[in-house]
Amino acid sequence: MQGSAQPVSSLSSRDTSRSSRFRAALIEAAKAGAIMFGLAFPILAWRTDLNFSNELFLRSRWPAVFAAALAAFVIRFMLAAWPRRAAKTVTAKAGAPPHALTMAARLAGGAGIAALIAFPLVMLAAFGPAGAQKWIDNFGVQILLYVLLGWGLNIVVGLAGLLDLGYVAFYAVGAYAYALLSTTWGWSFWLCLPVAGALAALWGVALGLPVLRLRGDYLAIVTLAFGEIIRIVLTNWTALTNGDAGINSIPRISFFGWPFVAGPHGFAALFGLKYAPVHRLIFLFYLVLALALLVNFLTLRLRRLPLGRAFEALREDEIACRSLGIDTVATKLTAFALGASIAGMAGALFAARQNFVSPTSFTFMESATILALVVLGGSGSQLGVALAAIGVIGGSELLRELDGLKAIFGDGFDPTQYRMLIVGVAMVAMMNWKPRGLIAIRKPSIFLVKAKPVVGALAQEGHG
Amino acid sequence: MEIFLQQLINGITLGSIYGLIAIGYTMVFGIIGMVNFAHGDVFMLSAFIALILFLALTQLIGITSLALAFVVVLFASMALTSLWSFIIERIAYRRLRGSFRLAPLISAIGMSIFLSNLVYVLQGPRNKALPPAFTEVIKVTHGGGYDVTLSLKQVLIVGVTAVLLGGFWFLVQKTSFGRAQRACEQDSRMAALLGIDVDRTISLTFVIGAALAAVAGVLYIIYYGVINSGDGFVPGVKAFTAAVLGGVGSLPGAVLGGLLIGLIETFWAAYFSSDYKDVAAFSILAVTLIFLPSGLFGRPDVEKV
Repeated sequence: MQGSAQPVSSLSSRDTSRSSRFRAALIEAAKAGAIMFGLAFPILAWRTDLNFSNELFLRSRWPAVFAAALAAFVIRFMLAAWPRRAAKTVTAKAGAPPHALTMAARLAGGAGIAALIAFPLVMLAAFGPAGAQKWIDNFGVQILLYVLLGWGLNIVVGLAGLLDLGYVAFYAVGAYAYALLSTTWGWSFWLCLPVAGALAALWGVALGLPVLRLRGDYLAIVTLAFGEIIRIVLTNWTALTNGDAGINSIPRISFFGWPFVAGPHGFAALFGLKYAPVHRLIFLFYLVLALALLVNFLTLRLRRLPLGRAFEALREDEIACRSLGIDTVATKLTAFALGASIAGMAGALFAARQNFVSPTSFTFMESATILALVVLGGSGSQLGVALAAIGVIGGSELLRELDGLKAIFGDGFDPTQYRMLIVGVAMVAMMNWKPRGLIAIRKPSIFLVKAKPVVGALAQEGHG
Repeated sequence: MEIFLQQLINGITLGSIYGLIAIGYTMVFGIIGMVNFAHGDVFMLSAFIALILFLALTQLIGITSLALAFVVVLFASMALTSLWSFIIERIAYRRLRGSFRLAPLISAIGMSIFLSNLVYVLQGPRNKALPPAFTEVIKVTHGGGYDVTLSLKQVLIVGVTAVLLGGFWFLVQKTSFGRAQRACEQDSRMAALLGIDVDRTISLTFVIGAALAAVAGVLYIIYYGVINSGDGFVPGVKAFTAAVLGGVGSLPGAVLGGLLIGLIETFWAAYFSSDYKDVAAFSILAVTLIFLPSGLFGRPDVEKV
């Protein structure tokens, strides 16, 4: 059951002499090295490349194969030769009292919000109006959009326990809603934002209604199928969506009617500022931040409502839920629609940020990335999802910035291609190590503050 | 009529490939009740292994006999892909049995992302094309100005699939491993009590599923001639659809489901619209799961409390 470490540890408990332990470790390590060699053999040893006449030829990379095998050998040897002490039996730790957790979470949350509010101004001061654009847009707005999406999916996956692999479909619905309504009928962003949310919620209900009685992994696969269907339709319905070419020149966001342009009617003129394109980004940043905080506030409130409690009960045990009289289909639909509407609004913001939408932004990999944020951060933990978004999205943007790596690994080195590779490894590692996610402190939404005296006299009056 | 016959041939060829992949899904689902999301990417990996080995044999070693190269590539690719699947099960799934409900599926999604990106990083983003092989064509009939053809590839694909499915059927029905496998599928705790090594049986199930996926990968690269690191996803979902359509857990169901999906996809592309051929497969998946969750041959899923 315990994997390949078992023979070594049982051997070493019988005979603790160093030499026999090392011999066993060497055998284990040799096996690991051989296996790694087998895994790396064709796929790492030769890279298929095209030559000038467009034919494939093989470029060998044997040193890398031997390095991988050697690394596996060394690591396995270290693990086997110096085994860690047997894991202590997990005792139920008396956690910190709920009040302390609440305080810590509040402090962290307060500091985080303060830092976020200060972020664009700090960037502006540090890099100037032109230099700050990249930081506010790529780091600020993009990460916040993912936080928003992560929090939306968190309601579905983290709270209600429904694995939705087609979440990006609702994001696409919101983005295309804004793109189409604003370019064809000239609707303003402020009108489109709620409409995008409502449309996405409608799609959530329409797609959710038939599938929500399925068991967990079937539901995941069906949502994946729906997500792909929506993407294929967006690609092929060229009359409406312009297909792969996407929709261009979506109106930029305006400051409640004052556009961010140079000239007498622009935002800068209104406040007597010198026009700079960064104003629009700063406004967008605060807008996404406000929406994210609103979603966060509502989610935290939701957990105290009967509906939120029903979500969490559903996640823990659906059958018990049903036998307690909770309408599971309606509860699941609500979770689905709530999550979808948040994705829809995030989609409208995404379209407003990019001024351009195309189906390539809404692939399964995008759904998987958002799911990874929820899984890595800790299903149900708001702070965890936000930190995961900063780590995954901010981390990969940072990788993009690191030109120094090119000097080490050669010019063709593109660090961003490792992003999803790392995300995949992290998801597997997280499930093995901490299946409930990095920050798994979910404070109970209901607990006794003080033991209440229960005496017959009170009970008779109905107080107990 | 001639077009119909041609599409029938094409559909059966494609369906054989889907059926081979579907068996891996259905066996793993039958024995540990998880959707092995990474199975499609294991298939893609095997096609890459086959491509590289084929190039190595023909370019570096200089084998000129195509048939010999094919046989060597087929068996080597089966062995190497099985090794991958064995390790994947060890690393990503074994310790998650008994974890919370969605953990194995999430781990499998992570593994799927890892595999496709690993191949992307190691082999680059471009489509990789095999030099055309087995291109001989047999004219079956002629009518209405349209030749119905049967290429050597198609004969090879259907033939290899049939032979391997025969071997596989023998393995599951007649050997002690097959008996253990079926026992674990019905009740793994009881099987363990009766002295069956459940872990080993599950490992072997993954290995056999991967070996059949590797056969599919070799046949796929011969049939289409092109592979890309993203090509595991859609065939994977279609093969899963085949497994669901046939009834998850049912081996003949998986093969029949594969043939049906292959035929439906081919006819859909021929008579309606090739842009929407994937929509057809995905819709069948959704409709089957919603209205016929136990598929054509599956046991109904009885929920015990």
